[in-house]
Amino acid sequence: MIRYVVSRLVVSVAMVLLATLVIFLIANTVPGDPVLTALGDMAASDPAQVAEFRARWGLDLPLWQQYWLFLQRLVHGDLGVSISSRRPVLQDIIDYAPATLELATVAFILSILVGLPLGVLAAVRRDTVIDHIARAVSLVGVSAPTFWLAFIALAIFYGQLNWAPGPGRLDAVSFPPDRITGLLLIDTALQGDWETFHDAAAHLVLPSFVLAAATLGLITRTTRAAMLEALSQDYVRVAKAKGLRGRRIVVGHALPNAMLPVVTLGGLAYANLLAGAVMTETVFSWPGLGRYTFRSAVTVDFPAIMAVTAIVAAIFVLVNFLVDMSYALLDPRVVKK
Amino acid sequence: MPTAAEPLLQVRDLRTWFLTDSGPVRAVDGVSFDVHAGETLGVVGESGSGKSVCAKSIMRLLDEPARIVGGSILFKGRDLAHLDDEAIREVRGREIAMVFQDPMTSLNPVLRIARQLIEAMTAHGRFTVAAARSRAIDLLRRMGVASADRTVNSFPHQFSGGMRQRVMLAMGFSNEPSLLIADEPTTALDVTIQAQILDLLRGLNRDLGTAVILISHDLGVIANICQRVLVMYAGEVVEEGAPEELLTDPRHPYTWALLHAAPRIDAEAEDRRLITIEGQPPDPRAWPSGCRFRARCPFAIEKCAEHPELLPVAAGRAARCWVTQAGGALHSPERARAGGGAGVAAPVDSSAAVPMLEVPILEVSGLHKNFPVPKEAFFERQRVLRAVDGVDLQVFAGETVGLVGESGCGKSTLARLVTRLHEPTDGKIIFAGTDITHASQAAIRPLRRRMQMIFQDPYASLNPRMTIGEILAGPLILHGIAGDAAAAATRVDELLDLVGLPRQSVRRFPHEFSGGQRQRISIARALAVGPDFVVADEPISALDVNIQAQIINLMVDLQERMGLTYLFIAHDLAVVRHVCDRIAVLYLGKIMEVGPAASLFARPLHPYTRTLISAAPVPDPRVERTRRHVPMKGEPPSALNPPSGCRFRTRCPIAEEVCALQEPPLLEAAPGQRVACHFPGRLS
Repeated sequence: MIRYVVSRLVVSVAMVLLATLVIFLIANTVPGDPVLTALGDMAASDPAQVAEFRARWGLDLPLWQQYWLFLQRLVHGDLGVSISSRRPVLQDIIDYAPATLELATVAFILSILVGLPLGVLAAVRRDTVIDHIARAVSLVGVSAPTFWLAFIALAIFYGQLNWAPGPGRLDAVSFPPDRITGLLLIDTALQGDWETFHDAAAHLVLPSFVLAAATLGLITRTTRAAMLEALSQDYVRVAKAKGLRGRRIVVGHALPNAMLPVVTLGGLAYANLLAGAVMTETVFSWPGLGRYTFRSAVTVDFPAIMAVTAIVAAIFVLVNFLVDMSYALLDPRVVKK
Repeated sequence: MPTAAEPLLQVRDLRTWFLTDSGPVRAVDGVSFDVHAGETLGVVGESGSGKSVCAKSIMRLLDEPARIVGGSILFKGRDLAHLDDEAIREVRGREIAMVFQDPMTSLNPVLRIARQLIEAMTAHGRFTVAAARSRAIDLLRRMGVASADRTVNSFPHQFSGGMRQRVMLAMGFSNEPSLLIADEPTTALDVTIQAQILDLLRGLNRDLGTAVILISHDLGVIANICQRVLVMYAGEVVEEGAPEELLTDPRHPYTWALLHAAPRIDAEAEDRRLITIEGQPPDPRAWPSGCRFRARCPFAIEKCAEHPELLPVAAGRAARCWVTQAGGALHSPERARAGGGAGVAAPVDSSAAVPMLEVPILEVSGLHKNFPVPKEAFFERQRVLRAVDGVDLQVFAGETVGLVGESGCGKSTLARLVTRLHEPTDGKIIFAGTDITHASQAAIRPLRRRMQMIFQDPYASLNPRMTIGEILAGPLILHGIAGDAAAAATRVDELLDLVGLPRQSVRRFPHEFSGGQRQRISIARALAVGPDFVVADEPISALDVNIQAQIINLMVDLQERMGLTYLFIAHDLAVVRHVCDRIAVLYLGKIMEVGPAASLFARPLHPYTRTLISAAPVPDPRVERTRRHVPMKGEPPSALNPPSGCRFRTRCPIAEEVCALQEPPLLEAAPGQRVACHFPGRLS
């Protein structure tokens, strides 16, 4: 087991390194001159100013030295200074990340809590009403564009029915809690500020459902397919022949086997939710990482782009590592002795 | 037949149909039988005869769209066919337990053995978890699982197939059911392990008094255990009786055909051709109105146009046949011998089949094949599996050499080495005078015309997207044998004639054919390029016994007509004895014994050969009682780490100290018979 963990860990670190290299190279090959964007057309026509700018940000060094610098700083937690905001990128990320983390995590929990049971039910009650409902839900979830879902959700539940609060993380009249983790739900709960907790929770409902829609659909379909596969196996017939009750067979025998593909998908989906909330964050005025990334890309803010991408890559690798670990727990055949 | 007590199970006129969109498939169509307490009942029949569906109906384990549409299943006063879900659940595993065919897939791979055994007991509320746990360990011990208190915590993948079937039996007996249904429980196992499991089953029946329904396609297995036998054909019981009578004096032509189609390990073959029946079983969507066996029956009379009932033909015997109704017996196979039908040609003087033992077409010396084992850690030393570990073998033109041994002994690897589908690690292969040990694929290509292979699984070895015409014309064009499309087409027609398939087959796809027909296609493909050496890797293992006989006959015919040389791999010793001139017995990658088939079976000199032969069951209880059984201990050790000295010593009944120290060389111990044993012939 230890051997398995260590070998996975080594692979993970190698993956992160490789990812940073790829990110660095891509960022340096795409067209778009940060000098031009940062200084503006007027200043960029002055060679002295340009040279000074390049020297200051290390843009005049050979490529491999720039990468080496980037790596060295990365290890020390120095992600550089954003060219556009002129603040340390790390500080920017600390400011923006919790909003995304909170939204993505709630969305992920939602898609598991709804998608998994729905998929299981759809498989167990194949070709009944519940199966058709599950199919419709996942079809809409997967195929409806996020921005469209976001606008429709806002228009109906905020604009028309006024069941849900509008965009943003809190009402304008609410006082944000003192920052501990940056996650509003946790910070308010820690401080016992239940009024603001409710406000924050209410603001999360619409965006997290919108964000969860696609993931929820995928998890439902994958769970259904995996359960159908597991339910058709010989050991399920044996479990029936033993005289086990239906629920016991589904939960105790089929589900543990069906979890393997769902865990793989779930891990990737969570990483995707963290990295891909741009649309949802934009429509819901959510001050998260997605919007920060978008802004950095538009302004060709290399340090910010590289930092964000490196973090996203690291998240993917970390999630994959966790998936591998849960594989080992779920399936004894993965780790031999 | 015991008549005093009420039967434990009374099945009456059971009808289980598959209600498909294209009409009902009448898989079980009016089956009646009794099982008495403590009795062992065997059910035989070919695939599709309804025997498994019958068993599943009793347990109510039918999958959609199968439905019990009629009849009753009385068990201890209740009709199982009409119990509600909860009531039948209480019967399953508690009153009636079931053991399935494939032990490799019957256990849940992600749950520990202990949990799977315990829940079988706690589900019926008869045991607490703690009590069930200690009982699980006791049961495993009773089933012959070594150090059961430790292994009970293992996962299924840590167990071999035989061990898993022992676990399944432990599970089956855990609630002390009054009836155990075993559906082909040993079909997926090696003959030595099969003997162990059957022995265990017999002991459990004797000691615990549990009635057993044993479903099998193998008459030998049934003959060994059962007090009464049902023969099923086309959804009906066609014959019923005690095995002593039914298997020696069958009263239904189908039973008769089954008995004659399977070669016997205890009998010298007069003729390599087996007696087969023509055609296929009828379509279960529309059974014929008369006797369902009529179209294939060599004894059919006019009255057979009427559907016969299952009626008594003698004391304790019943048959569904007009011919034997009057009390007459079925005689020697006259029609089949007359030739013409069923691919049986006139018997050829057997001396003509004796090969010319002069020119070896294949000569293998010191052949090794190592497979690297996937490493579990990066810095681990690379381990190798020695699949073939120093084999010397000669195959002479015109003869059939059999390779036998348990699974994992290296027989398939050897077959792939001599046809150079695998690259040998060491040694020498000379084919038709050319050294092909390390020849490049391009260099071998001209020789490929002369050596071809037939594989085990006729479903997997034919490309499902190619028509039969394309499959057969492919090798012709590849080797430049057929100059143009017309020539290829002519040759394809010839090939189809040769293997007994209609010429219209060319435009059809593999899935339109049955298993036996596909194996004919595989043979035609192998023969397309006109080889003189054919390696057949378990060519009949996936087929029903009658189809097996047809394929054997075809191969024997082709050998005589075309002077083919066969390297024939099989695990069925009776078949090997029947078709082979010489036999090589493999164990963990080494030849233990090699010699002429007749003398090898008459007087096996290696204890492994002896135990293999004694493990193979004979479909005659009287003969079976007189045979001396040499029990084989345990399972084959891992080829990764074979025992020192003689590899067989860990399971050998006569091993001595020297066997662990010195590896016995393969030496001639009788004319033409070489054996690798320190004490050849001691175990008799």
